[in-house]
Amino acid sequence: MTLAPERTAGHGSSKPHGINPRLRVASDTPRPQRPALKKSGRPNPAAHLSPEQIEGIGHELDALRKNVMDSRGEADAAYIRKVIKVQRYLEMGSRATLLFSNVKVKGFRPAWWIGTAGLSVAKILENMEIGHNVMHGQWDWMRDPKIHSMAWEWDNASPASQWKHSHNEIHHTFTNVLGRDNDLGYGILRVDEDQKWSLFSLFQPIWHVGNALLFEYSIAAYDLELGAYLAKKHRLSDEDKAEFRKNRDEVLAKIRRQATKDYLVHPALSAATGSARTTLTANVVANLVRNVWTNTVIICGHFPPGISTFEKTSIDGETRGEWYLRQMLGSGNISGTKAMHVMTGNLSHQIEHHLFPDMPSNRYAEIAPQIRDLMERHELPYVTGSLWKQAASVYWKVVELSLPNKVEGRRRRDIVRLELKKAQRRRKSRR
Amino acid sequence: MSISTDRATPRGATRPRLGAHTDGPLGGVVRGARRVAEALATPLVPADYLDLLDPMRAGADLRGRIVEVRPETDDAATVVIRPGRGWRGHVPGQYIRIGVDIDGVRHWRAYSLTHRADGTAAAGIPAGCVAITTKAIPEGKVSTHLVRHATPGTLVMLDQATGDFTLPTPAPAKVLFLTAGSGITPVMGMLRNHLGELADVAHVHCAPSERDVIFHRELAGHHAAGRLALSLNLDDVHGVLDLARLDGLVPDWRERETWLCGPTALLDAAEKHWADAGVPERLHVERFRPSVVEPGEGGTVTFARSSRIVEADGATAILDAGEDAGVLMPSGCRMGICFGCVVPMRSGAIRDLRTGEVTVHESDEPLPVQTCVNAVAGSCELDL
Repeated sequence: MTLAPERTAGHGSSKPHGINPRLRVASDTPRPQRPALKKSGRPNPAAHLSPEQIEGIGHELDALRKNVMDSRGEADAAYIRKVIKVQRYLEMGSRATLLFSNVKVKGFRPAWWIGTAGLSVAKILENMEIGHNVMHGQWDWMRDPKIHSMAWEWDNASPASQWKHSHNEIHHTFTNVLGRDNDLGYGILRVDEDQKWSLFSLFQPIWHVGNALLFEYSIAAYDLELGAYLAKKHRLSDEDKAEFRKNRDEVLAKIRRQATKDYLVHPALSAATGSARTTLTANVVANLVRNVWTNTVIICGHFPPGISTFEKTSIDGETRGEWYLRQMLGSGNISGTKAMHVMTGNLSHQIEHHLFPDMPSNRYAEIAPQIRDLMERHELPYVTGSLWKQAASVYWKVVELSLPNKVEGRRRRDIVRLELKKAQRRRKSRR
Repeated sequence: MSISTDRATPRGATRPRLGAHTDGPLGGVVRGARRVAEALATPLVPADYLDLLDPMRAGADLRGRIVEVRPETDDAATVVIRPGRGWRGHVPGQYIRIGVDIDGVRHWRAYSLTHRADGTAAAGIPAGCVAITTKAIPEGKVSTHLVRHATPGTLVMLDQATGDFTLPTPAPAKVLFLTAGSGITPVMGMLRNHLGELADVAHVHCAPSERDVIFHRELAGHHAAGRLALSLNLDDVHGVLDLARLDGLVPDWRERETWLCGPTALLDAAEKHWADAGVPERLHVERFRPSVVEPGEGGTVTFARSSRIVEADGATAILDAGEDAGVLMPSGCRMGICFGCVVPMRSGAIRDLRTGEVTVHESDEPLPVQTCVNAVAGSCELDL
């Protein structure tokens, strides 16, 4: 879509000659030394690395990737097939249980609780360990058209095609690059000191919670680039507007199908046992649980303290080695049990996922110690922590960064007051 | 290098959907029920759930379960498969495509059918089962897997039978079967079904040695019973068949309707031989496709649908080569991570610019490839 940040290489004849630098670990042109401090004054965690060291990291990661990719086989295929099977049985079982969700036993509706819990887990598995990873092409090597990135559609408001563009292409290419990676706050949150503060940020604790609850719809709006469209609407060409309308219709059709299933057809089936209303609430709750869970996992992947952001200019002519480096510094992990990793779609191994987004997710755990060792050897921070710790740190950050950055000699209260005055003046002058 | 001896086939025909052709008052009910089922299953389709319960049900994608793998020679085996209820039968001489998962990767190959078309038991193949016979060729991933590693109970993907290498009705009075190696299989399908209707059958079969003759005992039995005249050409004894010898083996070969199946060299030689004799219309050929792809550095990229051919060097991504030539191509991150540039490759070989790894197209199924990180290695044809 045209509203997206421009591509690394242009289309057609305008394309520069020679191989894309990101396909090479080393660059032909001398690479600039990394500055010791960032714009916000925070230290740059990769400042001590020479271009040769970064190249070495690139070679090491390439070799690691090759080892795993060459050993993909029967066991991996069996794994994803099993997860898909379990998910489908769980969903069918939960929905069958919900047919009796209105039945009360001692003032308590056991079928509602069991069915809702099962459906929530089924939806989480479907979105995370299956949908997200299949759409990354992690299972394309199996050549099974039923488990292929080109064909998969997920249980979510955002259509697969649009999500793949904004997530796989934009977010994974421009991970944590300010102004290029829209995932960094989804355009509504300030989650990094280097992001500009505005009065809008004051209310972000509210946006954040709202965003988590309605996450699938924010993702749909985000994939559609609705915000950018509304802001730039009057400047867009007819072609771009037509493109937007086409995408919008696609999203609306998807939402309609999803809502019909969860809020109409399944409750209607339950009407036979008088459980229409309870089935409806179960579906609403399952979708809310899924939304909050996926949001929590995702914010833990890129927003906790210790994770770096990057300036636009820092990625010019970036080599694959430098790209790898940025992926490692721009993501963070969640520690936990095996069950926890499956429920996060192995995005608890966000660092490993960002290095190798097309590697089967069941393999991230096995390479994680090697990635950690590599990073520690190069004195790079391997950010990880429990879900509670990581999520809490992000919630705290959202609150903290709703206020402007601390500046020497100025009170934050004064900065807010000044901005308020400016805004009032602007409003008056517009009148 | 990879060798495959698949027959060029069109993709499987589309399957009828439940209720798609149902007319009358019931049709509306069926269609309505289908719409509700689809609404319940979205974003999946009802079949995704039904496949869990019964993958071989009528209306499902055609699958089969391996019942038995029976050795025929040292390197050939008959694979007996019970097909799903959607199986529509075949005409003897036809083949099926079978999709087998090997090390987690699905491979499709085509093999001739040798069982009774009326579904009755014959030659040790149980009633209602289909049978293929495959010879393990060196570097032949699927054939080796089927002969050496396939186990009963395994589910395989199938396509409906297809092919026009079949006998006409009524059967011709005088027939010659000329076969070599595993080229015997479609002819064995015809013999097991039609031998009774054929009055005069001559059969010339070529194999390296007597041990390598597939279905040897069965053929020898027919020969002994006077039902067909079998001549074996054993390469170890007679050398590779010289078609000039036909005059000695089957003097009236020019008057016979001939069905021929074997390696490409034999087919080419025979087509010339029959044409030189002035009877090319008597020859019916089942042509194997030995797609021997020798990966090189750079080469030609063929965009099949826009019928454009582009030269590209070994350092240029196929995506760049295509765009430079003005082909409209899907694209994304341009670094191999987003899978937004994936296009089906119909044939050829490509090399990954990041790792140097070569991918060779080796079955009939189009192989989706990432055009942004792959350069052409020799030649490749894209479905674009």
